[in-house]
Parts: sequence; structure tokens; C-alpha cells
Amino acid sequence: MLGTFSRSDWLLLVIFSAVVLTLPWTLEPIGAAYPDLLQKFAIYGIFAVGFNILFGLTGYLSFGHAAFLGVGSYAAVWSFKLLTMNVLPALALSIAIAGVFALLIGYISLRRAGIYFSILTLAFAQMSYNLAYSVLTPITNGETGLQVRAIRKSAEVSLRDGDVRIIDQALGIPEVGVPITNLFGMKMSGYPGFYFCAVLLIVCFFIAMCISRSNFGMMLKAIKSNQNRLNYTGIHTRPYLIAAFVISGMYAGLAGSLLSITDPIAGAERMQWTASGEVVLMTILGGAGTLVGPVLGAGLIKYAEQKVSSWNEGILHGAFSFLPEPVQDFVVEFFSFFVGEGWHLTLGLMFMIIVIFLPGGVMEGFRRLRRAFANGASPPPRPVATTTPIAERD
Amino acid sequence: MDAIFLQILNGLDKGGAYALIALGLTLVFGTLGVVNFAHGALFMLGAFCAVTLNRLLNISFERVSETEKDFLGNPRVEKVPYIEQWFGPDLAGFLLDWSVPISILLTIVVMAVIGVAMERGLIKHFYKRPHADQILVTFGLAIVLQEIVRHYFGANPIPQPAPDIVAGAANVGSWLGLGDNVIYPWWRLVYFLFSALVIFAVFAFLQFTTFGMVVRAGMQDRETVGLLGINIQRRFTVVFGLAAVVAGVAGAMYTPILPPDYHMGMDFLVLSFVVVVVGGMGSLGGAVLAGFVLGILQSFASMNEIKSILPGIDQIIVYLVAVIVLLTRPRGLMGRRGVAEE
Amino acid sequence: MKILYPNRRKILQLGAAAGAATLATPHFFSRGAFAQSMDYRNAPTGDTVTLGFNVPQTGAYADEGADELRAYQLAVEHLNGEGDGGMLNTFSSKALEGNGINGKKVAFVTGDTQTKSDAARASAKRMIENDDAVMITGGSSSGVAIAVQGLCQEAGVIFMAGLTHSNDTTGKDKRANGFRHFFNTEMTGAALAPVLKNAYGTDRKAYHLTADYTWGWSQEESIKKYTEGLGWETVSAVRTPLGAGDFSQYLTPVLNSGADVLVLNHYGKDMVNSLTQAVQFGLRDKQVNGKDFVIVVPLYSRLMAQGAGENVKGIFGSTNWHWSLQDEGSKAFVKSFGEKYGFPPSQAAHTCYSQALLYADACQRAGTFQPSEVGKALEGFEFDGLGNGPVLYRAADHQCFKDVLVVKGKENPSSEFDLLEVVEVTPRAQVEYDPELLGGELGPYNDGV
Repeated sequence: MLGTFSRSDWLLLVIFSAVVLTLPWTLEPIGAAYPDLLQKFAIYGIFAVGFNILFGLTGYLSFGHAAFLGVGSYAAVWSFKLLTMNVLPALALSIAIAGVFALLIGYISLRRAGIYFSILTLAFAQMSYNLAYSVLTPITNGETGLQVRAIRKSAEVSLRDGDVRIIDQALGIPEVGVPITNLFGMKMSGYPGFYFCAVLLIVCFFIAMCISRSNFGMMLKAIKSNQNRLNYTGIHTRPYLIAAFVISGMYAGLAGSLLSITDPIAGAERMQWTASGEVVLMTILGGAGTLVGPVLGAGLIKYAEQKVSSWNEGILHGAFSFLPEPVQDFVVEFFSFFVGEGWHLTLGLMFMIIVIFLPGGVMEGFRRLRRAFANGASPPPRPVATTTPIAERD
Repeated sequence: MDAIFLQILNGLDKGGAYALIALGLTLVFGTLGVVNFAHGALFMLGAFCAVTLNRLLNISFERVSETEKDFLGNPRVEKVPYIEQWFGPDLAGFLLDWSVPISILLTIVVMAVIGVAMERGLIKHFYKRPHADQILVTFGLAIVLQEIVRHYFGANPIPQPAPDIVAGAANVGSWLGLGDNVIYPWWRLVYFLFSALVIFAVFAFLQFTTFGMVVRAGMQDRETVGLLGINIQRRFTVVFGLAAVVAGVAGAMYTPILPPDYHMGMDFLVLSFVVVVVGGMGSLGGAVLAGFVLGILQSFASMNEIKSILPGIDQIIVYLVAVIVLLTRPRGLMGRRGVAEE
Repeated sequence: MKILYPNRRKILQLGAAAGAATLATPHFFSRGAFAQSMDYRNAPTGDTVTLGFNVPQTGAYADEGADELRAYQLAVEHLNGEGDGGMLNTFSSKALEGNGINGKKVAFVTGDTQTKSDAARASAKRMIENDDAVMITGGSSSGVAIAVQGLCQEAGVIFMAGLTHSNDTTGKDKRANGFRHFFNTEMTGAALAPVLKNAYGTDRKAYHLTADYTWGWSQEESIKKYTEGLGWETVSAVRTPLGAGDFSQYLTPVLNSGADVLVLNHYGKDMVNSLTQAVQFGLRDKQVNGKDFVIVVPLYSRLMAQGAGENVKGIFGSTNWHWSLQDEGSKAFVKSFGEKYGFPPSQAAHTCYSQALLYADACQRAGTFQPSEVGKALEGFEFDGLGNGPVLYRAADHQCFKDVLVVKGKENPSSEFDLLEVVEVTPRAQVEYDPELLGGELGPYNDGV
């Protein structure tokens, strides 16, 4: 499989790893270099890379991937509550359970294609969300979210409110208050948590590259460009689709697990359709079908959510303090429309502008830049490796 | 028995709302081939047309009251609507009371303009683009519209009372010889009749006019219609305007039932897509049928008798039905082969 | 609008100072696990101290969040000795001098909770990790409050809860670093039940519609407990999905149930919608069992009640505070808030303003911002003059105990803000309960080192 890697592929992987690992320094100027946001970049990067294996390669648009994110999170927290605060069992458990869940949903949903498939996945995710919020509260702790707690004193306390942590107890690991997640003693919050996520992101990226370059990946791309023709040649496409669906579900489970590892709480809203929609937006925004695009899209959206939302009028006044007062007031008034509590507006405008001017997402922008630099005159546009037009077919 | 009858009424009422929203969505998809995630936002804009009219009628001048004090102990500034001064309290009172039904006129005009502007300015350029791009751009637009509304109207729901004469509940039971406990809000009955009327009008328009015939032909086979020398493009603009108007009036008339807030469009978005898909993408009849079916099933699933057997069923019934329908009928209730299957 | 803000620029620039300072310093080596020289997390080193205001700025509670933020800005102004001082003048503790806290000017950073646990925690983490906030406060729902409280415990900063009404915040999910000024469903039940008895008698059949999540259950539980204690019968308690929008399918069964009271355990948009629709169904015009049918909304929010318009008239509920109160503290707060913003503050604004002042006062009395010391200063603290009469911050569960207001929708409102009238101030003694009742464990303080 590695034989199919070209030299530029290896270069891409090396550059990608270098960029990811140096993020704590390079993001300093834009104020994004703090552990939580860096972790979110890496985690949602994994989520989007996994989503792209399904959507980018096969063109099947799942609107319910957040369900796997949620299942992964719950599985990880239960692993902390029942087994150990060590993150490795949590990771394994999350990926396995998300995989099984994805197999079930994928097996059913992939009986249909196009928008019917999208709605089936959406329906499953929404059912999971609604049930997790209400009826399944004994497992999910509903609105409050499932949290890690101190070891329970007696068996009368429900498992939701008191933990057992069988392995940690058997090993006699001491606990003060509510313990934090660790990797053999190294705590998984803050920067160590980020590097843990970052390494996993690089591994996931590498696996996604392998898939994309393998025969299996070619088959997925063939499904996207013309599934009918494949069917006529006697190839049964469904197993490939199910495999892709399960793999991307496991990616989502891993991302969910990491969310719980860096911050041990799992809430139902992770499964809501807005969360599923978010990963779709990340992928399209960055560039569906490209390797790096989804990670970029994830970064952009999380940056808007975390930082743009925090620029209140005070910070704007600080930023524009070099301007004379009346101008400053006007400029601040203008910008406060887009940042702080208006950050949704920026997000909406960003979606529109990018998709209107850069079909193919941010990556298309890079490609155009590179072309512009490579040879001043514009060569005939290359077909954009995103999705095929589905609109006119009848 | 009474309970079941009431739940059927509830279902019809819900179904009317669902059908109205889904109608425009499926119309746009069927003719233009565009997945419009901003459709919920159009519903919300319609509702805010009603709010706007109410605000316009309430534009007031200020008069300092001599007797009353405000919460800080200063003399209270009273607001007197201009229309009260111009038309006298009787007519002004009447206009304010009936502002929601009257707002339909405003809504039709405003939504037609918005719809046409949206199609000409944005949607037109996305006919040939992948569905994913259409989703991204219309979702972005929905957020932008939403935030603009929030900027001017705030995030809280704004109450829009129905006219006094239809504000209370009707004793439906006495009409039908059922018990006294069978009462139903007048406004919901009005809404149901209204939605039936609009649905009927849209169908009649598409069925009995030449324009509608061309649009239906366009839905079947756009290229051939284009080859016949018909300017299908212009008709598509009108169709989009029509979809916007239908969503808008559905929203405006819904305000007395659901006090509108800027987010209400998103709340209906997922549901309306489910309705459209259960009905079959691009099928008008399917959308209406699915709207009513889902509305009625949702009402029944909420009954205590059923919830006690299947806890939480009312939370998931819509999605459960969607899954079952799509697995047994591949293209929804009335979808056509080959539409939106790839 | 600008004319109303004499000190706005100064305040804003303090906010800016916090932001700019964090933009300028390279964080990677200067903070976090790598370089923590002080004896507690985010110990302020310069001449300012940064507080983190974490409120919903988008979503259903955005207006409530905006009101909270207004209150915080006002509190910062007063703490720094600007404006008219508001409730600082009526506050029984005189430790604060109007020169900031412990001699440091108060600056602040803001964030958007989106009323989602994940987003709220991420936003709080940013303020702690990136902006060096030494305390987090705000919020408009219990799920978020509990999630952020847990985070603050782990991170080692103080959390001063905003609007959160669930018992769990200072019950099952209480944490040493978390403090709540707002009341809870248990107190609502204890305060509301006697008033309901006087108004509607002891022979009533109640039908509950309950938002299907933890706060809703908590509310239903408390109201059931206290009304059944009076002799009421609970006919049925039906769970409704959060954000159902149309409640008709849950309202029609009420008609035939034989119940004569409808209790709506809903908050925010759910409350607005279910109440509006219940009135449309003619429930209030009905006669059942020879009595007038009545509706009860246990937790009122004046801000949200505006969305229900006329429909709130005559409906009982409870609230933490109301601007029409006539004690000195409330009057001072309404005056300075009203003069600055042009309308009276909501209960959310009041609880947030109080929390900011209480935190500042505790820091001043402790002489440090160290969470464990500040916490000890708050524990068992008795105070007055913040609009609720004499209040106790109970040490056992970090919950404030104060009089509870029972309110009723006003029949003849004189303005758009004048929606509720206070019908009874239930004395503190009547709503107190044993801390063991709600379970949970505070655990030890965490200073974050």
C-alpha cells in the first residue's frame, strides 16, 4: 500500500505533521495558542478527515455523523467511570462501539442513496439525540451530561453518580477528589492533551492518505463518479460503501473519545443535527475530497466559534485604539456587528463567500494561488476534485 | 373517543403547517434542482412580516403623562400610535386586532420580492453546482438572514395575538354531538382551513394554468422544455418566488400559535426536509400527504396511553416513520425514480 | 445610546486591557503547567484582575445573556469606583472600597455559552487558559451551570453560577469551587405551595406538563412533593420534548383528564409556547369539578414572560427577584441599571450582579484571589442589602438562602416591563432544607496547582 505513495505524498505528510506539531507557536499571533482550542482543532480535524473518507471519496452525504461522535464520547466516559482513568481503554472502547454502531446504521442507511441516504442517517442521529436527552438519561445523564465522579461509597449510589473504576481500584491508584484522565500517569489535559490529539491526528491523516491511494480508495472514488457502471460490470458496491461508512464512523468515535479524554464530560448535544451539520460544513468549507481541506475547515469554524465570539466591544476598542475617537467609535460599531455576539453572522458570510467565489473550498483557493504563482497566465482550469454535480439527472 | 378525535384535529393542524413548509421546499427542488437550506429562514421571515406590520401600526409619538410615573419615578412617557390619532381609536383598534391576517398582504409582497431577489441574485448561479455547495451557500444565507432579524428584533419570542373574535376556543363537540370537552382553538381551525386553501391554490395554479403546465413539464424534463424554445429560466424565478410566498404566509399565519423568534426557521428546517423526503423528493402531492401523515402520527404518539407502552416514542416518531417509509418505499411515498438518488 | 454611557469607554478599555495583554504575551512558556509560580491558578500579576463572564450570546437565551452581560459591566463599573455605586452602597459588607478588588482594577473577558455544555466549557476554558480569568460566572441554564462548575473545579478557579434553578447545581452535582446565589426548585415548591393553597384551596387535581430534561424533572418533583402535601392530587405528569414548539398534542388530553390545575414545568421558549397555546385552548375559561381551571408556571422569568404577552395575567409562579421591590438595595440597583440602559433589569441581571459583588467582597475580605481562601470567606457569609433581604451563603452546599418571591401575572400592566406583581415574600425560614436532602458532595477546594 505504501508503495503507491509518491514522493509528494510523503512530503505532504511530513509538512502536515510539522505544521500540526508546531501549532502552539505558529498560532500565537492570532491568539489561538491555548490548549483547549488546539485540542479542538486536532479533534475536529480527525472528525472531518474521517467524514471526508465517506463524503469526499464516495459522495455519500451523511447527515448523522454526530451520532458516532456522541457514542464515542459516552463510551469513553463510561470507560473512565467503570474501568480506569487511563485513556487507552477508553480509546479502544470508543472506536469499537462507534464502529459497531456505524455498522448497524450504515447497513440500513446504505440501502438507499442520494438525499434519501442523507435523511436516513439524519433520522438515526436525531433519534439518538432525542433519546439520549430524555429517556436514556440513566446511561447518558441527560442534559447535564455524563461526568466522571469520585469512587462511590456504597453500591446503593447509582453508577451515574458514583464511579467504580475497577482497574484503578485493583491497582490501588490513589485518588483525591475527582481524578483526571491520564496516559500512564501523564495527565491528558493542557498541552500534553494537545500533543496526544495531534499525534493521533497525524496517524489518522496518514491512514486516510493510505485509503485514498489504495485500491479500496479507487473503488470508493469509482462509486462516486459512476456507481451504475460499477454495478453493471458486476461489482457489488455495497460492501465497499459499508466499509467506508464504518471507517468514518470509527474516526468520529475516536474524535468523540478524544473530546472526553481532554475534557471528561459527554453531553447529548454532541449528537444533535447541528453537530452533524457542522462537520459537513467543515468538510465542504475546506474542500471536500481533498486531504488537508477538512482539517482547515475544522480549524476555521472552531476559531470562529471560540475566538471571534470573544471579541467584545472592549477588545475592539483596544484593537482600534490607534484611530482617532470618532472614527474609532464608528469602526468599532461596524465590526461589533460581525464579532462577539454577532459571530454567527461572520460564519454565515464566510460560508457564502467561500462557496460563491471558491467552489471547492479553501483548498481551491490555494490551488488558484499556486497556479497564479506557477505561471502568470492561467492554464485551462483543472476539474475540481470535489463532488460531481448530482442535480441534473433524470 | 373524544381524545382520539382531538388528536386527529391536532394532527391535521400540524400537518397543515408541515405541508405548507414542505410544499415550497419540494417545489424548488423539483423544478430548480436546488436543495434550499434557507427555506426555514423564509418561513421565519414571513413570521417577522407579521411582527413588522404590528410594529408599523404601533409607530407612536410620545406624550408625557401627568399622573403616572415610570419605574425610575420619573414622569411616564406614554406612547400613542399615530394611527390612533389619524383614524380614531375604533379603526386603529380594529387594525391592530386584525394585524396578523392583514399582514398576509404585506407578507405576499415582501416574500415575493425576497424570493425573486434571492433566485436572481444567488440561487441562479447554483443550478449546476453540486448539492453540497447548494447546502453550504443556502445554510450560510439562512444564518445571515437569521442574524439580521436578531439584530433588529432581539432573540426573545414576540407575542402576536390572534384577532379577538378567533382568540378563544370553539366548542367543536357541540357541533358534532360530542361531549363538552371537545373544544379547539378557533385560530387553529382557521389555520387548517387556510393551509388547505393555499395548498389547493398552488395545485390549481400548477394544474390549470399554461404557466403551471410549463413548470410541470420543466419538472419532468428541463432540457426538452428548453429545446422547445420556452424561457424556462424566467418561470423558475417565478416558481422560487411562489415557494417563498407560500413559506412566508405559512409563517405569518403561524405567529399566534408560536410566538416567533429569529431561530424558528432552523427549528423547522430538519422537520421540513424529513417531510419532503418521506413524501418523495420533488413530489408535491407526496409532500402534502407526508405532512398530514407525520402530523397525525406525531399527535397520536404523544398520547399518554401510547407513551406508557413506548416511553419516549413521541420524541422520535417522526424519524422512525421516516426510516420505515424509506426502507419500504425507496423513493418515499410518492417520489419518482431517479430523482435525487445519487 | 451613547449618551447613556458616561463611563462606557473606560469600562470597555479595561475589557480591552485584558484582551490586549493576552494577545501580547507569548503564552506557551509563560503559563499553564509549565510555569506556575504562584500558589494558585491565574494569580493576577499586574495591576488588574480578570473576571470571565460566560453568558449565552446566541440561541434561545441570547436576550437573557445580554441582560446578564449588562449587569456584569455595571458591576465592574461599580467595583472600580465609577458610576453611582449601585448596590455597593446598600451592601451590608463594607469591605469593598470602589478601587477594584484587593487594590487591582477589575477587567473582564466575555464568552458565548450557546446554552450548550460543550460550547460553554470550551468558552470557559479559553477564559481560563488564554485570558487568565481568575473566576468564571454567568449562564442561563442548569445543564450549562453544572458542566461549567465541574470544569472550574478541575481547573482550579471559582465559579459563581448565574441563572440556574435545578436542585442539582448545589445538590447532587455541587462542587467546592462553585457557588450559587439563585434559588432552586425545592425552594420554589416550598414557597409556592402555601400561596396556591390560599388561592385555590386544598382539593385540587393537578396535571403536569414537564420539559423532558433534568431541570424539568427536578421542578416537577418539587411541586408534586409540596402540593401533594397540601392534599392536592396529581392526575398525571406528562413529559414533553424540549423545544417541542407546538404543544397541542399534549394539551388536548388535559381537557378530558378531570384535572383542574395545569402546572407547566417549562422555562424559556417552552414556557412561552406552552402557556400561549394552553390559553388558546380555552383552558382558563373552563370549569372543572365545579372550580375554575387554573394554570401555574412555577419558575417565572419576566424577560421571557414578555414573549407570552397577555397570557401571563393572573398566573402564579416564583421568581428570584423582581425590579418592583421597594427595599433600598433593589431601588439602588434598578436606578443605576435603568439610568444606564433605559429599562429595568431582569432577575438574571440581578443574580449576576450580586454574584459579581459577592465574589469581589469575598476576595477583599480574604485579601487574596486564591479559590480556597475566597471560598472560605463566602462560606457561611451573612449579608443584606442586595435586594433579597438577609441572605446566608450556606457552607454545607454553597447555596444562598433568602426570601423567595411568589409572583402573579399582573392584570393591568402599566408598561411592557410591568408584567408581574409580587403577591408574597416567603420568608427564608420556610424554604430552608437539610443539605443532606439533595445529596452530593462538595469535595475539597482546588486551587489549580
